Parts: sequence; structure tokens; C-alpha cells
Amino acid sequence: MPVGIEHLLIAVALVAGLIGGYLIARSRLRGRRSERPQAIHQILLPFTGTEISRRALDAALRLARAEEATLMPAYLAAVPKRLPLDCAIPAEAAKAMPMLEAIEQRAASQDVSVDSRIERGRSYRHALERLLSRESFDRVVVPATAEAGAGFSGDDLVWLLEKAPAEVLILRPDPEDRRFVTANGSRAAA
Amino acid sequence: MAGRLKVFIGMAAGVGKTYRMLQEGHAEREAGRDVAIGYMEPHKRPETSALADGLETVPRRRVTYRSTDLEEMDLPALLARAPELALIDELAHTNAPGAEHEKRYEDVRDVLAAGIDVFSTVNVQHLESLNDQVTELTGTRVRETIPDAVLGEADEVVLIDLTPEALIERLRAGKVYPGENIEAALGNFFTVENLLALREVALRQVAQEVEAKRLVVEASLGTRTERVAAEVPKAVGERMLALVRPQPSSQRLVRRAWRSSQRLGAPLDLLWVKPPGQPIEGEVERQVTALRHLASVLGATFLIEESDNLVDGAARVARERGTTYIMVGESESPRGLARLREPLPQRLMRATPAGVDVRIVARREGKEE
Repeated sequence: MPVGIEHLLIAVALVAGLIGGYLIARSRLRGRRSERPQAIHQILLPFTGTEISRRALDAALRLARAEEATLMPAYLAAVPKRLPLDCAIPAEAAKAMPMLEAIEQRAASQDVSVDSRIERGRSYRHALERLLSRESFDRVVVPATAEAGAGFSGDDLVWLLEKAPAEVLILRPDPEDRRFVTANGSRAAA
Repeated sequence: MAGRLKVFIGMAAGVGKTYRMLQEGHAEREAGRDVAIGYMEPHKRPETSALADGLETVPRRRVTYRSTDLEEMDLPALLARAPELALIDELAHTNAPGAEHEKRYEDVRDVLAAGIDVFSTVNVQHLESLNDQVTELTGTRVRETIPDAVLGEADEVVLIDLTPEALIERLRAGKVYPGENIEAALGNFFTVENLLALREVALRQVAQEVEAKRLVVEASLGTRTERVAAEVPKAVGERMLALVRPQPSSQRLVRRAWRSSQRLGAPLDLLWVKPPGQPIEGEVERQVTALRHLASVLGATFLIEESDNLVDGAARVARERGTTYIMVGESESPRGLARLREPLPQRLMRATPAGVDVRIVARREGKEE
């Protein structure tokens, strides 16, 4: 066999081998990804109202990314006593939806998986209690607030530390923390 | 023969329901009919009181309850007077104990049964099915409610519409409540946000009533109840169906579907077509629970249909539920021979009844769940 043809056959075999190896490796990698059990690690990010501290969200996203965990942003809705606890809450849902959308967008840009929730309760703490009893988490990230009447109170945080069957990360309010993620994107506090 | 019922419905007090009822009462009288006011509540509104002049009023009867003198409609006197048309304000009113019936709409039924036509009025938040929704929207719960069926029994439902700004202007001008109550009303119930929400609810309610009246009963189909049941899906307007899977990415589809359903005023169904034999356990069970929970929060209905063919299962449910709009998530890019297969939206459109729209919700850029 002439040397030229021999070299050509070797080159073709090498290329075919490389392509075949690449395809096998890719399909195995895909297989592994799809076989990877979902939600082994979950990080809960409960929030109330129509904005969330960007610092808290970014911290939760960093943790989730580092640990390959799923972030579970949970909008907590307080249902007035005059309504049944399990009634539909369209007005609250209308507030929650764009917030969850904004959080998911930010998470997607950082390659973090998200599994959102809306939870009802007679108070924010009660909603959180119901959520904790229904789902399991490895971590809970809670932004503390310096504003009276907004978000979780000091009592709520103490309760969470005592009762949550997970590691609790409370982000203390930082005077420099002036940015929020809202339904319309981000805003800086006045 | 039973009388005919015409109901003037509004989003709130002060839109002009009683005024319009009286105007139409005058028109009927001028057309030669025998008209009498069975009960009218002028709410200290001079214009409304003035409009009642010239119409005969059946005197009210006094009822003493817990040392308080109350005035109620005199049902026996109205039935004895037997006009051709009775004007009876405030359909949702609760009568004082000792009256023939607990609620005024029950009095109205007696009047109709006597062959007397009735014009009446009601605010949208008094409808039982809307009471929770209106309470959540406005923070104010009304105690006096009527079953929705009462409105369904009406031969005509007339919406008295006013923009929130115009109603607030009327309120400020003292045309709704006396001066001392105006500020309290403006600070509590009569806000632009509340009125906008109530107006939307009222418009939708009347649109549904109009649709329901369009029921075409086909004589070829069984009993009347069966015929009506068969037609109901066609008569209730838009209805949305979102095809979900028990995985977190479906939540985004549900959110999109819910927002569209809110804009259309359409009921929303969430459907998972489950492959036969697939167990609901582990992560699947957790996600099914999450979807069920989300449906409950949104007031949607979560359905599981077992079928080995997604399109057949979805089409079957769409026919049963009277769906007019199907939303699906974007499929993953097909590989291999699947590339030759017709895309899901086209297959759905062929399998569902004509007129069912299919919408695709795009996947988010970046890593999905």
C-alpha cells in the first residue's frame, strides 16, 4: 500500500476515533446530568412584600451556586382571619408573581436552579412554619431589616433559629445595603 | 305566569342604580303600566328622593326589634296592591326578624310568583361567590349576600357603570353620603384602587351573565338539564388550560398562564398528563404537591389525566372542560428521529376542537431547573 494512502487511512481513523470518543463522552455526560437527583440541597429564601434586599438575594445565589443547590424563593402571604386560610389569594399572588419572576431571572443569569413557592399563613411566621413543615431545606437565608414593621421581626428570627430544622443564615442589615430587587428590576433606596 | 326580574347592578354605592331604576319606572308608567314602589332606600340623596315623586309608594311597615324601630318593605301590602311592576331596592337586604322571609330576595321571589314584574338593585360585592374575592381586593367584607343563582334568575341584568374618578367626584360633592361621612368613606372604601378592582369584577360578572344567556339549547340532546350541562362549557367564555409537568420549570408556565387568565377573566386549569403506571412518589410527589398548592393559591384547578399520549390526554380534557386556550412550555430540541415528528402545538391544534388557541411559553435563557 502506498505510504500516502496509509497516512490518509490513519488520519481518517484518528479523526473518526476522536469524533466517536467525543460523542460517547457527551452522551455519558448528558446521561449523568439527567440522572443527577434533583433538589438534593435546597436553600430557602423567604421574603415578604414587593422587594427583597439585593445583598440577601446575591448571598443566597452565591451559596446555591457554590453548593450546586436549588434556591427556593418563597413569598410569604398573611391571610386575614376573616378569610379561610386555604382560600385563593389573587391580590397577594399578583404581588408575588413578578417578584418570583425577577428572582428567577437573576438566578438564571448566575446558572442557579430555582423552585419557587407561595405560602399562606395567618402571619408571616405562621406561613414560614407551614413551609418548613412541608419542605426540607439545608439552609435558610433570611434578610434582617432595620425598618420597623417590614419583613421579619427580631422575634421571628429568634423563633426561626430555635425551630428551623436547617442551618439559618441571618444577614444583618448593612447601612451600605441600599439596593433592592423588585418586580421591575432593581432599585436603590432613597 | 311569573313576573320578570330586572336587576341593576353596580360596583359600589353611589353609582346610580336606584336613580336608574326610578327613571325606568317612570318610563314604564308613562308607557301606560301600573307601577308602584315596593321599597326604596334614598340614602338621604335629594336627587333620588325627588325622582320618586310621581310614583306611587306602598307604605312601609314598622318593625320593632330590640327596642329599635325599623322600617321594612310591607310584602303582604304589596301583594295585595298587585301592581304590574314593583320597584324594590336593595336585593341583598336582610329583613328584621319577624318578617315573612329572612332576606329581601326571598320577598322578591314571592312578588314574581304573584305575576308582578320587579326592578331591583344590588352591588357586586353582595354576590356570594364574589364576596371573598372582593374582601381580599378591598379589605372590606359585606355581611349581606345573595346566592349567585338569584342573579341567574334575572331576565335582564343591567350594569350601571361609572369611572372610579367620577364616583369619587360624586362622593366629594356630597351626592352619595352626607357631609360628615365623606372623609371617612374616601379614606376607607372609596379609593381609586378599590373602585378599579370592583369595577373590573362588576364588568366581568355582567359579561358572564350575558354569555350565560346565550345558551343555545338543542332539542336533540336528552333532558333539559343534560342539554344545559352540555352547553355550559360553550357559554362561559374563555377558559385556559396550562399543560404542566411535575418539575420546577412548570411554575413559570403556571405564572404566565395565570397572568393571562387574569387579564381574560378566564378560569385556569393546570393539567399533568401522567404516563400510565408512573408512580407519584419521591421528587414527583413533591412537585405534584407544589403544583396543587400553587393552584390553590391562585384559585386554579389542578388535574391529573392518565394517558400514554400527551396530545390525546390534553385534547380529551380540553373538550370536557370547554377550554378555549391552551398554554404549553417550549419543548427541548428534538433529537434523532424525533426531529421528523410534527411539533406539539400543531398536534394539539389538530386534536382539539376548532377555535382552541395554543400558545407556547418560551424557556428562560440560561440554566433551567
